[in-house]
Amino acid sequence: MTTQTPAVMVNSVPAAPQRRPGRVFGLLTAEWTKIRSVRSTFWTLILFVVITVGLTAGLTALIVHANGPNAPARDARIIADPVGFILGAGIGLGQLTICVLGVLVITSEYSTGVIRASLLAVPKRVTMLLAKIIVFSLLLIVLAEIVSFGSFFVGSALLHGLHLPGSTASLVTVKLSGPNVLRAVVGAGLYLTVLGLFALAIGGLIRHTAGAIATVIGAVLVLPILSGLLPSNWGAHINAYLPEQAGSLIFSDRGTAGQLLSAWEGFGVFCLWTLLLLVICAVLLQRRDA
Amino acid sequence: MIEVLGVTKRFGAKVAVNDLTFTVEPGRVTGFLGPNGAGKSTTMRIILGLDRPQSGTATIDGVPYRDLADPLRTVGALLEAKSVHTGRSAYNHLLFLAQSQGLRSSRVNEMLDLVGLSDVARKRAGGFSLGMGQRLGIAAALLGDPQVLLLDEPVNGLDPEGVLWIRNLMKHLASQGRTILVSSHLMNEMAVTADHLIVIGMGKLIAAASTAEVIAQGTQKSVRVLTPDPARLSGLITAEGGQVVPGTVLPSEAGAVDGADLLTVTGMDAKRIGELAASASVVLYELTPQLASLEEAFMELTSQSLEFGMHGGQSDGLLAAGGNTALAAEREIAK
Repeated sequence: MTTQTPAVMVNSVPAAPQRRPGRVFGLLTAEWTKIRSVRSTFWTLILFVVITVGLTAGLTALIVHANGPNAPARDARIIADPVGFILGAGIGLGQLTICVLGVLVITSEYSTGVIRASLLAVPKRVTMLLAKIIVFSLLLIVLAEIVSFGSFFVGSALLHGLHLPGSTASLVTVKLSGPNVLRAVVGAGLYLTVLGLFALAIGGLIRHTAGAIATVIGAVLVLPILSGLLPSNWGAHINAYLPEQAGSLIFSDRGTAGQLLSAWEGFGVFCLWTLLLLVICAVLLQRRDA
Repeated sequence: MIEVLGVTKRFGAKVAVNDLTFTVEPGRVTGFLGPNGAGKSTTMRIILGLDRPQSGTATIDGVPYRDLADPLRTVGALLEAKSVHTGRSAYNHLLFLAQSQGLRSSRVNEMLDLVGLSDVARKRAGGFSLGMGQRLGIAAALLGDPQVLLLDEPVNGLDPEGVLWIRNLMKHLASQGRTILVSSHLMNEMAVTADHLIVIGMGKLIAAASTAEVIAQGTQKSVRVLTPDPARLSGLITAEGGQVVPGTVLPSEAGAVDGADLLTVTGMDAKRIGELAASASVVLYELTPQLASLEEAFMELTSQSLEFGMHGGQSDGLLAAGGNTALAAEREIAK
């Protein structure tokens, strides 16, 4: 790519116009421009929608039509928590795209060096971070709620076809008006939004894309497995308070007795984890050389 | 005006900037000169609030960078390190910067026109050539019409046309009364661009004076003389207080010039040498004043503080001093 070097003499730099009112609005639109103008945002969000809704539909359809020897036991589990099954089917894998995007939103600034331009424009670094958090959460909550409701409607429609062999009577009917159903569906969108911020915070702490993605995925997928190997009593406590385990209660709460945290308590624990990491991220951003 | 006061920056055990103090005045181009690793970039990053010094302050018109509201309207900066997302278009890069400063998007188009990037404004910046990237950086720096500009090695790697463009732009902006601080390790580039110099080595201030003063204080002037009667002319010159040493044959004249006939005279100007030769009827084939190049002056100033040792090629500087600086710039890069 080449262009003609402009005429050697720059006649004059036009004077900059007066400031438009609304500093906060300006910072938010700047962050929105940054997020929307790179392809990684577009592709990760496309993947997020396709994987989440696609897997929900695929897995639910598979269950409805598969009648192996284990079917009755499996059906019993689904009937006990149909909403948790529907939402968990797609989010389990779909959430990884949100992890990747959350990390990229901040680490791509470091890997490409645009962080320097960003901080020259907004030297109050915590302000820049807050603007980024606000814009990213708004984007996520809108998209995650749409995907969550979409998955629910697709999944519940398909699950309605679950019936005993030889019968046409549906075994399970899930309606949005059912107990805790709306909470679970809205909650899944909230969970994904907070997960994006959780990933953003870790991205801001680690500042390298690969390392940060590995860390977030480790925290979301691997930690629960490891803590599951711990001896029963205190292992269960640790497990319950892990970010992903606590956070996902909001959409997969089976309401079983003896559970350490309720759905909202679990979500609160997840929010506290995220807040803690964001605060550390802000402090380090302020202190470190860019 | 930029003021740096007692700034010290350490990275671990390594001292990058050591108790550095200087001011940059408006209305002229101030060159910030030093060998690679002297601390130029670190100092600029401290002025711009990107790095925090262990001690000292850096202010712009009396205000630390981090306290500026809409800083791009006060200070424009072109950093040496890349600061553009390779996947984002030139337009969107400038757009987000403009939005953060409350500037309209029409301003972005004005700047793209100014630097000649309008045709590729929607292309990803990752595909830009070095020169185009540099022009995008200049557009970002000028976006807020700032009165203070910091440019870190702006001509590095540019072709002669690009070098000329940046050079004229800086002079033009300085003539409008703006404060311009431009860093370089290319002494000859500074000789033709900067009115004033701040020379540092190993993070310490070595000199802060006008470019002419730095050259003058750096090196003695000498005169190259070629004569068939060196013995007699030497006698005449030394009798009048001049110093004579044998001259060196340039590679380009090997074989054509007898080294024994060449003299290098210091302490006496060419005019007086010519008069002496005429009065004694000594034939002169050549009488050339050797102006000290900024490079030599710089070498002399920084020889105590060069971190990676001096690289050869003082004669390069002599050749380049009055000649094609773009060529010298390329030679410098090749080293």
